[in-house]
Amino acid sequence: MLTLRQVRKSFPGPDPARPRPVLAEVSLALEPGDYIAVMGESGVGKSTLLNLIAGLDVPDSGDVLLEGQSLAALDDDARTLLRRRRMGFVFQAFHLLPHLTVAGNVGLPLALNGMAGTHADDRINELLEAVGLRDRRDSFPKELSGGEMQRVAVARALVHRPAVVLADEPTGNLDPESAAQVLELLRAQLKRDGSIGILVTHSAVAAATTDRVYLLTRQGLQLQSGTTTPRQE
Amino acid sequence: MSSANAQLFAALVTGPLRHAAGRTLLAVVVIALGVALGLGVTLVNRSAASEVSLAARSLFGLSDLVVQGTNAGFDEALFPVLARLPEVALANPVVDVQVRVVGRQTALSAMGIDFFRAARMQPSIGVEAPRTNLSPLAADSVFLSPAAARDLGLEEGDQLTVQVGLEPVSFHVAGILPAAAYRQRAMVLDIGTAQWRLGQLGKLQRVELRLRSGTSTEAVQRRIAAMLPPGVSVTTPGAETDEALRLTRAYRSNLTALALVALFTGAFLVHSTQSLAVIRRRREFALLKAMGVSAREQIASTLAGGAIVGGAGALCGVGLGILIADLGLNAFGADLGAGYFRGIAPALKVDWLDAGVFFLLGTAAAIAGTLRPAIAAARVPAALALKAGDLEDPAVRGNTIAGLALWGFAGVLLLLPAVDGLPLAGYSAIALVLIGAVFLMPAVTRLLLRLLPSVRSVPLQIATAHLRGTARQATTSLSAILVSFSLMVAMAVMVTSFRTSLDQWLEKILPADLYLRAGFTSETAFLDANDVTALAALPEVERVDANRFAQLAVTGLKTPLGLIARPITEQNAGRMLWIESTATNVALPDAQPVWISEAAADLLSLRSGAVFTGSIGERAVQFSVRGVYRDYERQNGGVVIDHDAYVRLTGDLRTNAAWLWLKPGADVDHLVNSIHERLPGLAEFDVRRPGEIRAITLRVFDRTFAVTYLLEIIAVGIGLAGIAASTSAQVIARRAELGVLRHVGLLRRQVGFMLAAEGGLLGAVGVLAGLVIGSVVSLILIYVVNRQSFHWSMDVYFPWVLLMAFSVSLVAAAALTAVWSGRLSLRDDIIRAVKEDW
Repeated sequence: MLTLRQVRKSFPGPDPARPRPVLAEVSLALEPGDYIAVMGESGVGKSTLLNLIAGLDVPDSGDVLLEGQSLAALDDDARTLLRRRRMGFVFQAFHLLPHLTVAGNVGLPLALNGMAGTHADDRINELLEAVGLRDRRDSFPKELSGGEMQRVAVARALVHRPAVVLADEPTGNLDPESAAQVLELLRAQLKRDGSIGILVTHSAVAAATTDRVYLLTRQGLQLQSGTTTPRQE
Repeated sequence: MSSANAQLFAALVTGPLRHAAGRTLLAVVVIALGVALGLGVTLVNRSAASEVSLAARSLFGLSDLVVQGTNAGFDEALFPVLARLPEVALANPVVDVQVRVVGRQTALSAMGIDFFRAARMQPSIGVEAPRTNLSPLAADSVFLSPAAARDLGLEEGDQLTVQVGLEPVSFHVAGILPAAAYRQRAMVLDIGTAQWRLGQLGKLQRVELRLRSGTSTEAVQRRIAAMLPPGVSVTTPGAETDEALRLTRAYRSNLTALALVALFTGAFLVHSTQSLAVIRRRREFALLKAMGVSAREQIASTLAGGAIVGGAGALCGVGLGILIADLGLNAFGADLGAGYFRGIAPALKVDWLDAGVFFLLGTAAAIAGTLRPAIAAARVPAALALKAGDLEDPAVRGNTIAGLALWGFAGVLLLLPAVDGLPLAGYSAIALVLIGAVFLMPAVTRLLLRLLPSVRSVPLQIATAHLRGTARQATTSLSAILVSFSLMVAMAVMVTSFRTSLDQWLEKILPADLYLRAGFTSETAFLDANDVTALAALPEVERVDANRFAQLAVTGLKTPLGLIARPITEQNAGRMLWIESTATNVALPDAQPVWISEAAADLLSLRSGAVFTGSIGERAVQFSVRGVYRDYERQNGGVVIDHDAYVRLTGDLRTNAAWLWLKPGADVDHLVNSIHERLPGLAEFDVRRPGEIRAITLRVFDRTFAVTYLLEIIAVGIGLAGIAASTSAQVIARRAELGVLRHVGLLRRQVGFMLAAEGGLLGAVGVLAGLVIGSVVSLILIYVVNRQSFHWSMDVYFPWVLLMAFSVSLVAAAALTAVWSGRLSLRDDIIRAVKEDW
């Protein structure tokens, strides 16, 4: 379960005495298997929201809890280890490590979590099978197309069965056909593993593949479509 | 420049330099340092050479020809013969010997001249009437050159005592010569007085000749040469000056070559930083190409950036070089501590042509370092580079074939002889070996990384995968450190080999228990036969070997060889000399047996068993070379002859050095005391135990090489700066990748460990390659450069402990530099590393 409680965040502005507010009292509660989209204008704080959820940044006030654990109470190392075990990421620019093979990239979270050998190989193969790239296992990223690279990134984000997957504009660099493939794949895998998925996007088509769509504004997070409203605390 | 062009210039040339201000500044500093060291050493050398030249010129004044004998001199009867030649307008006889100053461990040139003739030949002498009551022609009057007066701390009216044989001979300083006269440390006295009081009766060392106008100097030179006795030659003052310079040219050239290493390394640093800048800016270049910037414009703009860096660095370097030269000259002297130019005190002469050449060299080094990256920038495939995530750079592809070809060419160069005594082909071969190594590094790096065992540590796995994938880029950053470390290894091996060989040689050639030295070749201080007998009669002494140092003139050699007469036979030669080769067949058994040094063998192109003719004094003698020996003492060649044979040939019974062997059970300290008590006259001489001589020699050796260590350390410092610059450039280029690693759960310290592993592995590859290449270069230095420069051979010794310490330090420095660069680059919030995507 992922919970955001009245999270506020501001950044230093031109006048140090007057910080520039970015997020104002955002609250949200997501259960395993929830898959939501966050939309909003550029600069409204979508990236900041993801950074706070990932534990890459800490809120000025409020709290982020993952499976009951407050991220603010953890030091940098503990947050990193939490990310390693319980989170997955998909970036707009794929960010595959160029000098690792497809299998190396997908297996990286497993290796970091101390999983190696046949178990790890089986899991990598399973994910590659799922994303349709089993035959590209030993290829390097530069040998793949954009859509293939993003499918590898999706496999990497899910291989260690994380509790939360954060995807930032995962289809921003892809053609519509590849984008549709990646979105479908992401949804299917999230649902299969029961992971929470948060998709940040400007694309209504992409947002439509999620369970609920939220709009992030200066006032906070508002439900746009879907069946469950965010729990306001 | 139109406003549009100015805008374009700012966008393509100055903008990128400003954007990477830190690295631009580093490149400027490195080029400045390279130019400064090269120019500094060149200016010191130039000042020293100029002073040597002036000193040589000041000896000969306005003369057209110089008739010169060995230090033993020639019969003065030759003077009137020369003076009466119809072509000769003025002949000036000179007695020129070295005298030992009593009470000091120093010698002085004593020149006996005819003041009236000399004043016509050298108006600058201009001896004025002394302010004291001393007559210039009085038997106890001498004039001192300013250098001698300064060094000895003497003034007009003071007393100066020199040693002739065992006898002290006193003079009064009648005056100090004008600064424009003799520039070396010299005392000048009347020629008659000199012959009488300095033991040179009936002898001259030199006659300077001024010819009548319209006379052909070459024709008169040929005519005089035909009438000269053996051992006496006729030459021009210009040739004499050239010879004076030649004697130190090898040292000066080697020092300049070493100083240029910093500039050479600097060029590689510029190359690596520019190459990595091209990698970093690939998308920018691709964009410019897409917008219509042509390949030529792209190359020109990148080269212009290099030229600006080089020009700025070179300009600063010229100023710094002049400062370094001034400081070096004042602090260490004209030879920067090596002891080659004792007795001269040159002032700094800034040759603006040198400054201009070094300015151009600095600028050219930076442009040369930029050329390859500039071409790479122009060849960036626009479509591919504009795609995200592609950082491969085809331009830094190491060309294995080109590297091997350069090595092959270097091998051919090593077979070539010296050019005018300078090992130019050897230096070129070293440069080619180093450049070839840089070309071959990517292939070698890939091979070495392939040999690494697989590990479980994730950061280490990523580090090795990254290095394998970027071997071409990674080795680019290694080029500066590879070059400087290789040269440091080479110098360390060469210096250790030289020092160990010298130490072992000293042990071999110092077999006696005590050494008593009266003076060198041309000094007038000596022991006579009675003194040697008195030494032999001391109760502690079992045996005394008399050594006489003289000169041996050989036709074709401008400088006479050193002649050492000592008891030696074919049976005991191997115990007294470090024999390199022995004659198996003696061509002319009746010829006088001698052993010649390697330098003499090279200069005369002789081998063991050969025969040659030389002149001792005015007597021509045929010599049979019975062996060639190693000699680190006489760079201009030495010949060892049996003492009895020398006495038989010359009648000269004087001794310059006595070797004393103790009786069994006798104590060397008692012997020293005995000499002081029983032979107080001899106690004035230099009495040394072999250990003391070794210690003094090695101290001089270390002082000579001190400046080379300093130059090497600076070159390695530049190489390390190169690693820091390129590592930070690479880390910046990989910020997004490092950011992702932090996202997926790599701890901060694991990222640091990964970067340290990459830096350390890369450093280890550089160190391994540097050890191999440095060893190859050291062999070239030992077997080609030293042999051709100084005619010295030596055995090869590797300073393993020192090399290991260098290697470990460098690998650690490379690892720390990588971590430090990583910290600097990632000190901002990690989120910024992937900001472009979030």
